[in-house]
Amino acid sequence: MSGAEKPHARVGSLAQIGIIAKYNFLNYFRARRFYVMLAIILIIGGLVTGLVAYYGVASFGGSSALGFYAAGWGSFATFVIILSAVFFGGDAISGEFQNRTGYFLVPNPIRKSVVYIGKYFAAIAASSLILGVYALIMIANGLYYFSWSFPWEFAQSILFAWVYLIAVMSLAFAFSSLFKSTSISILMTIILLLFVFNIVDTVVFIVAGYEPWYSIVYGAGIISDILQVPYPVHIPPRGLGSRFAGGLPAPTVPEGLAILAIYFIVMGIVGLFLFEKKEFTS
Amino acid sequence: MAPSIEAVQVTKKFGSFTAVSDLNLKIQGTKCVGFLGPNGAGKTTTMKMFTGLISATRGNALINGVDVSKDKKAALASCATLIETPEIYPSLTPKEALTMLCEIRGVPAEERNKRIDEALAQVKMQEWETKKVGSFSKGMKQRVNVASTLLSDPEVIILDEPSTGLDPRGMSEVRDIVRSLGNRLVFMSSHLLAEVTEVCQEVAMIDHGKLLVYDTIENVTSKFAGGSGEVQVMFARPLDVQTGTVISNFEGVVSFSRNGDRQIALKFNPAVVSQEVLFQRIAGLKAGAVSFQSASGLEDAYLSLIKETL
Repeated sequence: MSGAEKPHARVGSLAQIGIIAKYNFLNYFRARRFYVMLAIILIIGGLVTGLVAYYGVASFGGSSALGFYAAGWGSFATFVIILSAVFFGGDAISGEFQNRTGYFLVPNPIRKSVVYIGKYFAAIAASSLILGVYALIMIANGLYYFSWSFPWEFAQSILFAWVYLIAVMSLAFAFSSLFKSTSISILMTIILLLFVFNIVDTVVFIVAGYEPWYSIVYGAGIISDILQVPYPVHIPPRGLGSRFAGGLPAPTVPEGLAILAIYFIVMGIVGLFLFEKKEFTS
Repeated sequence: MAPSIEAVQVTKKFGSFTAVSDLNLKIQGTKCVGFLGPNGAGKTTTMKMFTGLISATRGNALINGVDVSKDKKAALASCATLIETPEIYPSLTPKEALTMLCEIRGVPAEERNKRIDEALAQVKMQEWETKKVGSFSKGMKQRVNVASTLLSDPEVIILDEPSTGLDPRGMSEVRDIVRSLGNRLVFMSSHLLAEVTEVCQEVAMIDHGKLLVYDTIENVTSKFAGGSGEVQVMFARPLDVQTGTVISNFEGVVSFSRNGDRQIALKFNPAVVSQEVLFQRIAGLKAGAVSFQSASGLEDAYLSLIKETL
């Protein structure tokens, strides 16, 4: 190094988002957790494949391709997405504090929001890869048993699953920004997505009779509902104590997409705000 | 324009605790400035405000005239930093991690490999450039962190205890690196006064969040070191009693002590005798003096200043 020179051309924030995303994806791709997640998906996919082969496709969602996809994809896709969000987003931001990687990245000519968005894209890319592998396993089974009978509803379900992924990742990142401890942020994300929403949604609907339109898990119902023929009837809210028995109502597709979109936007803003405000104190 | 770091009335509070209080400090030019103070004095907090890791409660932290809290990207465009002991994404190799920083900082693609190779060579990590950082020791990671500050030819370098976690050889190499960073402004905190004395020209001392002094090491030492100097002299052969008595009776020598039979420590009054003259007199005895090392007057100044604020 010959000595101080003029600063290099400044790199735009969009380009920096790409750089952060690229190297974070590389970090995810080489990390043990990626392969653990991949193993979980392969086990689930393998179990579904094995069970269908052993018991026959007719006992697995009926004899139609749509029924097969409803049983094999609709039942497990949301679980795969939640696991991906926990694996790749649960500690994405809190880890920058607890693992001190933020001390390497943040004191550079780069905005904190750029780091946040870049990491978000990397987590989405890693999760999409996992979700894609699971979708491919289902499609391979579907092609084997039903030839080229590829229902349009399944394509829509994959799209909805991806929308759910970006919304739930936004939520996981917001939680990750809230805490500086990786274990707490991961635990809170798991508890919230696997238990709290489901319990609260059920209680609110059964006891109070209100449609849980505030719930991301409720909005994600469109992933499996679209695979049912006919599409489940949307039961409008009927007030306190009006509905006691039966399952939750089904959101309409526009309603489900709206809920997911609102979660993506609001949680994205909340997470960015929290990360911008949070300080790297020891 | 010369590179600069400036704190204007910078205050940082954590709840009711004031970590840094109305700090005013302007450092300009190409030199190395040591930043000293006891644990909890506010050194790292100050450096974090200059690097955007935390924001000032009040006041402005400026690098090259740009307020870090208002435009961090512009302020740090020509500033490299090493705060505490950062961790690198464990699945990346040093080469990848440094390439990421080069890309973020806009180092031209055709120069990246050369700069990374040079930086890794300086910290003796070329052999490890393609190994994952996750398997490195703390010292190896810190070497990569030091290399990260050398990539983009910055005008300003902020180093927070860069020797932390390094073995003696690593510490010595870091000192060599800092010394080689001519033509830049280096602002370096350290607990090692000998290190600061060796590589810095100026020193700023802080305690309880307040700046105590900022001046050249020479001036700080002469003003605050209690008016005495200290040297350690080593001899190739045992120093006999008679020669020891002669030395202890030199004009200006206030105390004489032996550390074994080949080493002595002298305290002297710089107003009566300069270090240079004292060295000439001892050498003139032809008693086998082979090493004449100035003990840290900075340490006396430090202890004097820090004690005064308690």
